[in-house]
Amino acid sequence: MKQAPTHYCPGCGHGIVHRLICEVLDEMNLKEKTVAVAPVGCSVLAYDYWDFDTTEAAHGRTPAVATGIKRVLPDRLVFTYQGDGDLAAIGTAEIIHSGNRGENISTIFVNNGVYGMTGGQMAPTTLIGQVSTTTPGSRRADRDGYPLKIMEMMAVLPGVVYLERTTVTSPKEVTKTKNAIKRSFEIQLAEEGFSMVEVLSPCPTYWGLDPSQSMRRIENEVVKAFPLGVIKGGDHGP
Amino acid sequence: MKYLTTGNEACGEGAIRAGCRFYAGYPITPQNELTAYMSKRMPEVGGVFIQSESELSAVNMVFGAAVAGARSMTSSSSPGISLKQEGISYIAAAELPAVIVNVMRGGPGLGNIAPGQADYFQAVKGGGHGDYRLIVLAPASVQEMFEFTFKAFSLAEKYRTPVMILTDGMIGQMMEPLEFDDAIKPVPAVPKPWVLDGAKGRPSRSIKSLLLKDGELEAHNIHLQKKFSSIEKKEVELELYKVKGADRIIVAYGLMGRIGRECVDTLRSKGIKAGLVRPLTLWPFPYKEIRKIASGKAKFLVVEMSAGQMVEDVRLAVQDDKRVRFYGRMGGGVPEEKEIVARVKQL
Ligand SMILES: Cc1ncc(C[n+]2csc(CCOP(=O)(O)OP(=O)(O)O)c2C)c(N)n1
Repeated sequence: MKQAPTHYCPGCGHGIVHRLICEVLDEMNLKEKTVAVAPVGCSVLAYDYWDFDTTEAAHGRTPAVATGIKRVLPDRLVFTYQGDGDLAAIGTAEIIHSGNRGENISTIFVNNGVYGMTGGQMAPTTLIGQVSTTTPGSRRADRDGYPLKIMEMMAVLPGVVYLERTTVTSPKEVTKTKNAIKRSFEIQLAEEGFSMVEVLSPCPTYWGLDPSQSMRRIENEVVKAFPLGVIKGGDHGP
Repeated sequence: MKYLTTGNEACGEGAIRAGCRFYAGYPITPQNELTAYMSKRMPEVGGVFIQSESELSAVNMVFGAAVAGARSMTSSSSPGISLKQEGISYIAAAELPAVIVNVMRGGPGLGNIAPGQADYFQAVKGGGHGDYRLIVLAPASVQEMFEFTFKAFSLAEKYRTPVMILTDGMIGQMMEPLEFDDAIKPVPAVPKPWVLDGAKGRPSRSIKSLLLKDGELEAHNIHLQKKFSSIEKKEVELELYKVKGADRIIVAYGLMGRIGRECVDTLRSKGIKAGLVRPLTLWPFPYKEIRKIASGKAKFLVVEMSAGQMVEDVRLAVQDDKRVRFYGRMGGGVPEEKEIVARVKQL
């Protein structure tokens, strides 16, 4: 982790997840073996904080770029870090097909239910009834469709070995998230295939809530649409 | 060794011999022979072949492979090349070496699978967003498909920039002899002090095109433009055929350059002093060279399989529109020798 003033809003979850990744890489002594792919989204500047090799990718093409890197350098740790617009909207094809090819990469998927960087528009993951700048009133299923559960979709793919959904609402959940990230990296080192950790993360700015209300919203509402836990690969020991 | 092969396969072999070890592509006619060839050849040389889920994905896999230091290539035909434009802009912005092959077909839209040259503007004037240039090479034979692809890798690494092979379905699918030395050495390795392969024993690096600090992006653009103007100075290539003393000059590239050569012979046999200018690099374009030829009284006929695209560059070079005429056919139509000869006579 580099010493840098944060550009994230107060109460944003990205900073927590950035830090957890750095802790895991340090503990596993992987910093010098890692190439990360940052998305287009609020976390595009991840390389300002991460002290390991990092590239940008075009919006949503993150797993395609990671595929290219990993195939050329199969013994390095390659992971993508993606928001829900990047991964579940514009990059749906790339994430599904990387999983289906069983690409031996890890994906850290930060689901904050909105497009943060562009100003709080609806994401595929926005909940029914949630306010966004592109859903007058709020998200309505009859007009805007339903929250997209990418993890559950990917669970049916044989190339995908491990999927876990976590959050960062309490120290206990933060530890679970860290363990999930660790497990995903271990699976990659063991060359078992594609794995992904989805982190339900707060966006106080575009949820119109304060940081602690945002954490409560995840616990009370978001987890109902996106249940926490291991979605695939539960029997796998780290 | 001498081989009888297609242009598409010669292109693939040229890439392999140059040291290309990563190929990603998505099927589209008339370049399928190239994708199939790479699927067979890459594993033989320890390289990577991926049939991607789309052209978007393929070009971004190439971005990733280039980031990791591999010589990498993707290919497609017109509709697929449209999809690759996003990635090409990112590759140019991030200053990564990569080779993109466009075996052009009839357009616009889905068009047809007959040869075309209507992607000239897209290739040489930008295509994707932002101020960047692509080095564009235009082979006219199976032999040149091999040689130009080989050279494309050397140019891409020398300048850290994407290079396009711009050809058409006829050149891609025709069979001709291909000759090269089996002991040919790959493009010499150049140092790549920017590659991401894990920050072992060095500070960490990042590759990016988002430059938000005050003046940073403008400075990057100025740097890119300097590089592009040095390419313009050093890398122009063209073929001149019987241009000396000619008063009627055909300007054509790729397949049309080949037919143009036959037209020159026919016209010469009838006592008409015809010549051919065939640009081998479409960007950088041989403006200066054509301007020099135009300093006499010669008249020009530009022939393309398009509604008239390269003709705009020839006009810029000649700087006397009255002396520049155009003949083209579109939508898969190929101008024939007799049609061209008749128009040269009318000049
Ligand atoms: C091709 C393209 N389309 C649109 C954009 C604009 N854009 C930038 S970030 C973004 C959405 C990011 O949302 P998400 O992935 O959820 O990440 P967050 O910012 O919420 O962390 C969009 C649409 C872009 N940069 N490129």
